[in-house]
Amino acid sequence: MSGDRTTDDPWARLARLTPARIGLGRAGAGLPTREVLRFGLAHAQARDAVHTALDAEAVCAGIASLGFETFTVASSAPDRATYLRRPDLGRALSDASREALSARAGEAVDLALVVADGLSARAVHEGAAGFLAAFKPYVARAGWRLAPVIVAVQGRVALGDGIGAALKARAVVVLIGERPGLSSPDSLGAYLTLDPRIGRSDAERNCISNIRPAGLSAEIAAFKLDWLLTQAFALGISGVNLKDGSGTALEGGAKPVPLVGGASPGS
Amino acid sequence: MAYRHVVGPRTHVFADLATLMAKATPVRSGDRLAGIAAESAEEEMAARWCLAEVPLSEILARPLIAYEDDDVTRLILDTHDAGAFAAIAHLTVGDFREFLLTASSDTLARIAPGITPEIAAAVCKIMRNQDLILVARKCRVVTRFRSTIGLPGRLAVRLQPNHPTDDAAGITASIIDGLSYGCGDAVIGLNPASDSVSALSALLHLIDDLIQRLEIPTQGCILTHVTTTLEAMNRGLPVDLVFQSIAGTQGANASFGVTLPILKEAHEAALALKRGTVGDNCMYFETGQGSALSAGQHHGIDQQTLEARAYAVARPFRPLLVNTVVGFIGPEYLYDGKEIIRAGLEDHFCGKLMGVPLGCDVCYTNHAEADQNDMDTLLTLLGAAGCNFIMGVPGADDVMLNYQSTSFHDSLYLREVLGLKRAPEFEAWLERIGLTDADGTLVPEGPSARLIAAAPGLADRDVAA
Repeated sequence: MSGDRTTDDPWARLARLTPARIGLGRAGAGLPTREVLRFGLAHAQARDAVHTALDAEAVCAGIASLGFETFTVASSAPDRATYLRRPDLGRALSDASREALSARAGEAVDLALVVADGLSARAVHEGAAGFLAAFKPYVARAGWRLAPVIVAVQGRVALGDGIGAALKARAVVVLIGERPGLSSPDSLGAYLTLDPRIGRSDAERNCISNIRPAGLSAEIAAFKLDWLLTQAFALGISGVNLKDGSGTALEGGAKPVPLVGGASPGS
Repeated sequence: MAYRHVVGPRTHVFADLATLMAKATPVRSGDRLAGIAAESAEEEMAARWCLAEVPLSEILARPLIAYEDDDVTRLILDTHDAGAFAAIAHLTVGDFREFLLTASSDTLARIAPGITPEIAAAVCKIMRNQDLILVARKCRVVTRFRSTIGLPGRLAVRLQPNHPTDDAAGITASIIDGLSYGCGDAVIGLNPASDSVSALSALLHLIDDLIQRLEIPTQGCILTHVTTTLEAMNRGLPVDLVFQSIAGTQGANASFGVTLPILKEAHEAALALKRGTVGDNCMYFETGQGSALSAGQHHGIDQQTLEARAYAVARPFRPLLVNTVVGFIGPEYLYDGKEIIRAGLEDHFCGKLMGVPLGCDVCYTNHAEADQNDMDTLLTLLGAAGCNFIMGVPGADDVMLNYQSTSFHDSLYLREVLGLKRAPEFEAWLERIGLTDADGTLVPEGPSARLIAAAPGLADRDVAA
């Protein structure tokens, strides 16, 4: 195949300035074979990320090994094809899960954590436990009372509203597989909603996006989530009126709690 | 008033015109999600038969959303050209389809101001894909700013150099890449990751400096909210085109934070800058089926009809560019390649019929049942239909918005297969700087080094290092 580039090629140097697919070369009007195949592989991985079923058992095991209790629920979407066509079903618990969750709910808590497949089970398989491990020290430091971590199958972000309400949580955070981009099949989003209840709008949530090894690291994402949660609890708001100032906090010298080393009590 | 159609022993009843139009729409997931799609294949065809017999004058007389409830309805009816409509006032929807297939380009241009979006949508529903292509091809909507877009036998490309963090060197690198494939005659248009005015200032200067330095006969645009662009113009920043996403109902536009008076204010402000050289079309709108339903502002009307109403919002502002971002919204609105292809042809047809300069972001997301082959099909069909412009995204992979569109290479493909030229001013510029020959074909080993050297911020960065 033609199209291999050497480092003194100006286009190859240009290509280092952006993740965009530039300097690809061409064969007539078409792409070089290498690039057609590279694109096809990326699309295949993104498609697989969308259609892979969540292995809830394995996800629960990974989260439980961090010391969290877990509980599995399902949305009203019976299968992946329906889930993709009917976002409304992915936002509502199945009848069985709603009843089971009500039975499980105990005393009021500060925070309910929900891990949902969303549009990329792969992102959850590869990243959810790592994020929770990074976030756990902040929970301990703040002394937030936690509900069991809910692992949700065929779930959309708003599924967390009903879960949070059922668990009598002051806030819910939904950690969810984001719509995979061609170059990012493994991206998680974390959505924070204060005072969760069915009918909350997206404008009432804060989102931390692009959590993945090549994007926002779990450590930084956990730092940001802690910042947002602390502000949300203090101010009594979440959503568009709560601006993310965690970047300024980081620039101001605040350090994310290290993942290893047990720097935080109770981690 | 209810509509009825008899098929053998069965009588299909449609409660009102909105229901009839929804059921007559080729089925798609968004109308199903809204609960308004035909429930059987026979019902869909019965609705189409029934719709074909509805007089155009009746569609005009029965607004789908009440005049007093919606400013888009008021805009449609208050600006309707009764004189232009007179030529088709006697026709039914079915007759109108045949009229369109036989009409000349001149006739189509004359009747355009008399065509309401509901009329365009109604006839669209009973037309096959080949009808949509054939008629749209005869509609010519030509617009101008620094380049001329929409001339017969030509296709323009929006160069879309998005970057996940708005990095100036990264954006410039994508622009230089696109220019080297002869793309960018529709606009160099960036979707910014940040929406602050200070970030916008740097990006506006970046693109404007590049256009000035290389003397490119094209226009720049940062696709941010209209109110942010207004603020930028108030601060004296170099704004060529005002961008805004729009939809077909007042409520959906409100969900975008936009009103007709705000659009008017921004249009007048951009006109006053007089930055165009060959014309003064200075608005850029984006639309897409499903946006009104997504905002919960669809009034029980099908998404294809609401999309046509968005073109009625665009029309009075004489935009340079309007593009339907057809597959961006996701499979809950357009499920697969077949639905995306159909919607792209519908949107292009309705826009052109109404006299609006339609282009298309031929695109899909990774959770839709579609791939690049479907995009090749729609791209080719739109090329045949005389689409004004398409997107040029590096490698078809938008690394900021996370979706797949068409690439610089795709435009070369379409030009070679269909013999489509670029905007004349841009074509002349490419030849002048030696990137293309007199035929508009890219010269192998063209002067890309000169392009790179002329790009501000690149020559002294990694490239020259």
